[in-house]
Amino acid sequence: MTPISYSRATSVAEAGRLADGAGARLLGGGTNLVDLMRKGVERPSRLVDVSGLSDAIELARSGSLVIGAAARNSAVAAHPLVRQRYPMLARAILAGASAQIRNMATVGGNLMQRTRCLYFADVAGSRCNKREPGSGCDAVGGFNRYHAVLGTSPACIAAHPSDMCVALAALDARVQVSGPGGDRMIPLVDFHRLPGDRPDRDTVLDPGEVIVAVELPASPFAGRSAYRKVRDRSSYAFALVSVAAGLTMREGRIEEVAIAFGGIAPKPWRASRAEAVLRGGPAAGAAFAAAADAELADAAPLAGNAFKLALTRRTLEAVLSELTGGSL
Amino acid sequence: MSKTQNAIISSVRTVMGWVPAQWLPGGTPDPLIERRAAIGRQASRLDGPLKVAGEARFAAEVAMDRLCYAALVHSPVTRGRITRLDTGAAETAPGVILVMTHRTMPRIGTLPLIGITDLSAVGNSSIPIMLDAEIRYNGQVVAAVVAETQEQADHAASLIEIDYAIDAARTRFQDARPDARTPASLLMDKNHVSIGNAERELKRAPHRVDNMYRTPAQNHNAIELHAVTAAWEGDSLVLHDATQMIAPSAAALAKLFGLKREQVRVLSPFVGGGFGGKGLWDHQIVAIAAARLAGRPLRLMLSREGVYRMIGGRSPSEQRVAIGADAEGRFTALLHTGYSVMPPYGACPEPYTLGTRALYGARSFEIMQRHLDLDIVPNTFMRAPGEAIGSFAVESAIDELAHAMGVDPIALRLRNLPERHPISGAPFSQHALGQAYAEGAKRFGWDRRHAEPGTVREGEWRIGMGCATGSFPYARMPGANVRITLRGDGTAVIACSAQEMGMGTATVQAQHAADRLGLPLEAISVELGDSALPAAPMAGGSSQTASIAGAIAAAATKLAGELLRLAGNDSPIAGLRAGEVQLVEEGIASIADPTRRESYRSILARAAREAIAVTAAGSAPLEFLKFAMHSSSAIFCELRVSAVTGEVRVDRLLGSFDCGTILNPKTAASQFRGGMIMGLGLALMEETLFDERSGRIMNPSLADYHIPAHLDVPEIDVIWTGIPDPRSPLGARGIGEIGITGVAAAVANAVFNATGKRIRDLPITLDKLL
Repeated sequence: MTPISYSRATSVAEAGRLADGAGARLLGGGTNLVDLMRKGVERPSRLVDVSGLSDAIELARSGSLVIGAAARNSAVAAHPLVRQRYPMLARAILAGASAQIRNMATVGGNLMQRTRCLYFADVAGSRCNKREPGSGCDAVGGFNRYHAVLGTSPACIAAHPSDMCVALAALDARVQVSGPGGDRMIPLVDFHRLPGDRPDRDTVLDPGEVIVAVELPASPFAGRSAYRKVRDRSSYAFALVSVAAGLTMREGRIEEVAIAFGGIAPKPWRASRAEAVLRGGPAAGAAFAAAADAELADAAPLAGNAFKLALTRRTLEAVLSELTGGSL
Repeated sequence: MSKTQNAIISSVRTVMGWVPAQWLPGGTPDPLIERRAAIGRQASRLDGPLKVAGEARFAAEVAMDRLCYAALVHSPVTRGRITRLDTGAAETAPGVILVMTHRTMPRIGTLPLIGITDLSAVGNSSIPIMLDAEIRYNGQVVAAVVAETQEQADHAASLIEIDYAIDAARTRFQDARPDARTPASLLMDKNHVSIGNAERELKRAPHRVDNMYRTPAQNHNAIELHAVTAAWEGDSLVLHDATQMIAPSAAALAKLFGLKREQVRVLSPFVGGGFGGKGLWDHQIVAIAAARLAGRPLRLMLSREGVYRMIGGRSPSEQRVAIGADAEGRFTALLHTGYSVMPPYGACPEPYTLGTRALYGARSFEIMQRHLDLDIVPNTFMRAPGEAIGSFAVESAIDELAHAMGVDPIALRLRNLPERHPISGAPFSQHALGQAYAEGAKRFGWDRRHAEPGTVREGEWRIGMGCATGSFPYARMPGANVRITLRGDGTAVIACSAQEMGMGTATVQAQHAADRLGLPLEAISVELGDSALPAAPMAGGSSQTASIAGAIAAAATKLAGELLRLAGNDSPIAGLRAGEVQLVEEGIASIADPTRRESYRSILARAAREAIAVTAAGSAPLEFLKFAMHSSSAIFCELRVSAVTGEVRVDRLLGSFDCGTILNPKTAASQFRGGMIMGLGLALMEETLFDERSGRIMNPSLADYHIPAHLDVPEIDVIWTGIPDPRSPLGARGIGEIGITGVAAAVANAVFNATGKRIRDLPITLDKLL
C-alpha cells in the first residue's frame, strides 16, 4: 500500500509545520480531497487534518466578519450574521452540493477544491495538464460543456467549481494565510490563479501556507444582493453559470455594484469591467446588456460551452433587473 | 436473430389464429379475476421490515470464512492488444494472493448470447473473457487481483503495468452508418414491416410530419452495485450474486465451467435494482475463475465506475418518424426507421420500433431498424428497451402533427386507435387506452391547456402541458416452475427461483397464492432467489409476475388432484374430479355443491401427513401468440421553462395506466412512479458522455451522470383502469417497464406547449431552449 500518515493539527503553526513538504495535503471535510485520492488524482503521502482549527464566526473590531477556515459550510450559511449582512453568501453556499456534503465541507477546503473537469478526473484514460503538466488537454476537443469561457489558456480550460467562492469574490473577501514566511492577507480575487502555462497550480499559496480564516469587510449590499445559479438539475449539480451580485441605488441610478461569475472561468470571476459600465449609470436594460458585453468581450467559447455566453448575459441581466427593482 | 426464427414464429402465430381461444391457456378467464380476497389489497412488502432493519442480505454482504477480495483492471484502450504485462509489483504487494490475467485465466468457452430458443443462453457478450491479449472495447477487463482485503486488492491493481499496441477503433456513430446491418428480426418480431407504399402515401397526405429524433446512450445505475461472492466447495460452485436471472445463470455457468447443473447453485434473495443491467457479465466469470485459482471464497464488487466500464446500457438512437394523415386526421402512412448500436458480439437490440406496430392504425406502414457496429461494451436491455425511446419519437411526432393540424393531440390519438393489431390483425385481449386518456385528462385538468404554445406565463416562467401514450407488450415466459408445500397446520409455502429486485414479487405472489389456495394471506410464505428451488425464468420483459402466477395456478391444479387422492373414499369430496372442485376457505370443495367440502387440515391429518408438496410448470404461453396483448398508458405533464435560462422544472406528472388487474395498489403505484421518475431522467438529463475520439465513457459516476434528484421530482399522480385481461393469469399484465414509456414525449410536448420550441434531441437540457 502507499503509506499515508495522518495527523491532526492542533494549531495553525503545527499545521504549517506538518504541511510543509512534498506530498502533504491539508484535510478539511475531505469531500473533494478524498474523492480525488480514490480516483488516484491526488496521491498524498501525508494528510494533516485541520478540521480541528478555528471554526469561529466572529465580528472583528474593524467591523469585518471573520470566519475560521474550519467552519463547516452549513454552519456559515446558517449563521445569523451571515444571513443578515451577507445573504448572498448564505444563498451561494446553500446552492452548492448536498446537505450532507455541506455539513462536512469546510470554508478552507471549499477555497481549495479542484475542478470537476471529466478529463482531470480520468487518470487511466485521459490527458490533463492540470493533473500532469505538459501531458496535453483532452477537454479542448472533447466534452467541455462545464468548462470555462473566460481566463482560459491553451493548456487548460477547466472551470472553478465553487459556489461559495463566487459570493466571496463579490463581497471583497480576504483570505488570511499563515506560513513559514509569516502571515499575509490575500484578496479572494487574487487567491486563485488563472491557468496560463501552469494549470497545475490552482492558487497562489506557497508550500507550508495554511488558510486561517476568511474575512468579510462590512458590505453595503445586504439590502440588494442575489446569488443565482443555473444548472442542469435542481440540486446536486455544478453551476453552468452563476451570478453573485450586490448593488446600491441612489436617485434611480446604480451607485455601488459588485458582480462575480461562477462556472465560466478557472477562478471565481470578479466582473470588474461590467461593474465599471454600471457604476453611476442608469438601472436600465441597455446598461445591463452593455455590462455583459464588456465582461464577455474576451470570451473564448468552445463547441460545448458556447451557450454559456448567452446564458451568462441573460442571467446577469435578469439578476440586475431584479436587484434594481425592475421586472422582466 | 434469424430468418428461420421469423418463419417459425410467423407459422406458430398463423396456427394460433386458427385454434379456438378456449383451447389455449387463458381461453377460459382465470376464476381469480372474479374471486379476489388478498389480491388487490394494499399489502405492504414482505421484505420491508428486513430491509429497514438492515437484515436483508445482499450479494456483497454474505459472510464467509477465509473470504478474499478481488479488484479489476480495465483497459483504457479501445482496440488493440496487450504487448507488455508486468504484474510483478502487484504480486509482491502486501496481502496479494494472486493476479489473474489472460495468461492464467482458466481456459473456458464463451457464453451463448441471450436468445429466445435456449433459456440458459443469457450472455450479454460473446467476447472471450480474459482469454487472450486482444482489446475489443474501452473498459474491457484485463486483469484481476485477489488479496486479503479489498484495499490491498485495489492498491495492487494500481501497480499492474500494461502496454498496448493500439489499433484504429470504430467509435463514431455517424461514421458507422455506411456499414449498418439490417437484422431479420427484433426479439420475437420481424424487423422489416412494409404494408402498402408508405413513402407514396406520405407524399400524398394533406397533413404530414417527417422528422429525425435522437436519443443518447445511457448507463445502468441501480443503487446496488454489481457484486458477487463465489465459493467453490470441492467441484461444486456456490455463487451469491446480484442477478435478475438466477436459474438461467446457474445453467449457463454450469455449461461454461463444465459442471453438472446440480453442481452450481446461484443465490440472490434480494437484488438492489436490476432494470435489465443485472445479468450475466464478465465479472461473475472472472470472480468464479479467480476463486478457483485462489482456492478460497472470493468477493468481487464493482465500483460505480466499474459498472459503467463493463456493464452495457441503453444504445443511442437516431430515429426517423413520419406520419401522413388525411383531412380527418386518420393516419395514411406511418414510417419509423433508424439506427441504434448493437455490436455483433452483443445480444440485445434496442427495439425502438416494436411499440409502433401495436398502437395506432394506418393505411400504410414502413418500419425497419438498422444496427451500427461500434467497438463498445455491448449494450443491453434497460427498462423498457425500445419503447422508452421509441415512444419519445412517435409520440413527439403525433404531437407535432396535432399542432400542425390544429387538433387536440388526445383526439388525434383516439381517432387512430385500431380495432385489431394493425400489423398482425390479431384481436386485442383487452385494450382501454381511450378510457385511460379520458380519466387521466379529467383528473389532470387537460381542458385548462392552451393549445397555442407560449401563451401561459408566470413571471419569467413559461408554463405548458403535454401528454403522450406509453405502451409495453405483455409477456409470459416459458419454463416457470413453482413448488407448493401445503402443511398440516393450514399454512403453505410457495417456492421458486424467481428474483426479488425490490418490486414486491414475494408480496404479490403471496397474495395470489392466498386466493388461489383459499388461505389467509398470513398463512402463505414465499421462498425465492435460489437456483436450488424449482426453476423460474429471468426477471425481464415485465413478465415475472405473470410467469410465476401461471406456474402457481398450474401447481394449485395439481395440488387439488393430490388432495383428492389423499382424501380417499371417506371424504365428503370423494368421487369428485380435479375439474369439479375449487380450493376455498382453507379446504377443497365441490364447485357444484359447496357443502361438499373438506379442510386441508382434516385431509392431511387423516392421511397422517405433515405436508404435501407439488411442483408444476406454467402452461406454454401461447396466449400472446394468438392475441395482441399490450398494456398502455396516458402520461400527462405540466412544467415550466425559464424564459431567462431555459431551465425546465416539472410541476406535475400523471400516469393513467391500462395494465389489467392491479394485484397490489401499493407496490404497483411504486413501480409506476419509479418508472416515471426514470422517464423524467430520460427526458431531461440522463446521458452517457461517450467520447467518440477515444471510445471512452467520460462520466462514470453519479456526480457527473445526472439522474433526477429529489428536487427534480414533482408530485406524481398514478391511476389505472384496473380492467382485467381475460387472457392472462389473474387478468394481470406486467407493470415494471411501462412507467418509463411515454414520459419523455409528454415532457417534450409540454416543453413545446410552454415555449413553442420543439426539441427532438434528448436530453432536453437548457442550452437547447435558450
